[in-house]
Amino acid sequence: MAAKYAYYPGCSLHSTGSEYDVSFRAVCDKLGVGIEEIKGWVCCGTSPAHCTSKLLSLALPYENICLAAKMGVNDLVAPCAACFARLKTAQYEAAEDPKVADQISEALEKPLPESVNILSPLEIFCNGQDISKAVTEELSGLKVVCYYGCLLTRPSKVMQFDECEYPMAMDEILRSVGITTLDWSYKTECCGGALAMTRTDVVLKLTRDILDEAKAVGANAIAVGCPLCHVNLDTRQEEVEAEYGTNYGLPVFYFTQLMALAFGVPADKLGLQKHFISADGLLSAVSPA
Amino acid sequence: MMETNVTSASASPLAEAVLGESGQNVNLCYQCGKCAAGCPVSYAMDYKPVQLIHAIRLGMDDLVLNSKTMWLCASCETCTTRCPQEVDVAKVMDAVKITALRKGIKPAIPQVASFYKAALSNIKICGRMYELGMIMGLKMRTFEFFKDAAMGMKMFRKGKLKMIPSLTGAMRTRRIFRRVKNIEDKNHSTA
Repeated sequence: MAAKYAYYPGCSLHSTGSEYDVSFRAVCDKLGVGIEEIKGWVCCGTSPAHCTSKLLSLALPYENICLAAKMGVNDLVAPCAACFARLKTAQYEAAEDPKVADQISEALEKPLPESVNILSPLEIFCNGQDISKAVTEELSGLKVVCYYGCLLTRPSKVMQFDECEYPMAMDEILRSVGITTLDWSYKTECCGGALAMTRTDVVLKLTRDILDEAKAVGANAIAVGCPLCHVNLDTRQEEVEAEYGTNYGLPVFYFTQLMALAFGVPADKLGLQKHFISADGLLSAVSPA
Repeated sequence: MMETNVTSASASPLAEAVLGESGQNVNLCYQCGKCAAGCPVSYAMDYKPVQLIHAIRLGMDDLVLNSKTMWLCASCETCTTRCPQEVDVAKVMDAVKITALRKGIKPAIPQVASFYKAALSNIKICGRMYELGMIMGLKMRTFEFFKDAAMGMKMFRKGKLKMIPSLTGAMRTRRIFRRVKNIEDKNHSTA
């Protein structure tokens, strides 16, 4: 299968978010989407770069865009919402200001490539094909809230992704594989992101608000598309419960894990055992469609 | 007759510095407060984003540069998306941080600056973020050795943390970091 997409996993998908990597690959495999990992990719710089050096925060993502262009493909797919945002921002800033583009090119010692589309998996999976045909398992017992977080949609002028305050892309994909998703008002609220490392109190508060709202609308699971959101909502969930005396027990899935489950990929192939909040009870009701 | 747009002229050197660093003109702000209303972290800030912007315009450098506000910014971009004047408030926050660091001002929330430093030196040396190394680097800077220790152990047991850095691309990142620094130093000395 010739690769149509250059795949940029980013650092998290090689470590704390490896479940996102394996489940993304599994879904691509089931749907016949050809991906090839960019060889020699480097970190996008994430927020520590843009908080301290604008040029560094643009040069690091561009290094990866250059590597993708060298592969001879037009499309780059970045599942991590933060990487996706940094890659798109680099491209946007370079297009807006030729002086910025020159400086990036000077830092990287090479010309910047044109016409590489930066895409989220959400865009490539809802790209016209009928994914419901690949469904083999019924996941009808799930009531999922889709949590998009900040960086898939914001800032809207850069991301140009869906409706920035109330996106539906993930809901539509999950609904088309037979999973119920609920309306709720915390789709794009912030979980606190990397403040978890330094001001954990802030993250616990923001995460509590999100978990409260998910429970309030009757969800029994949360779907995410960002490894940082996943760490905060899943890994810190017990800490939130201890801090605020609450009880959620809400499993947090990457949306690709839910898709793969619907396509019949066994749970143990999707890294579900790595999650802090077990989904075993919830998924025991999964049955062939 | 052409009218002079008084709001776009700046008397504050700090506003000029922010403009130079980020391309953002804080003088466009008409204090509607949408940035503060939407900010998920404003409850923990000493000055709301809208207040910090006003203080920048008034040239209150000490208040701005010693504030907690920009260090608490989670870069969620809600303010940027909602500003009716299209001021990229999150970029202003970055610019204020960069200005404060350049002036050698001690960050009001030192752990956050330590995190940036630990993360960047990790990326520079390893090419890709090596989380275990970054966490160790952060602890050496903040002396919070036991923070999140139990959670870290559990993540480790679950195989979420890699023991060994990949070092792929490390030669490239070192070179990119060095060249970026040279370009920035050159720009700054001519500015």
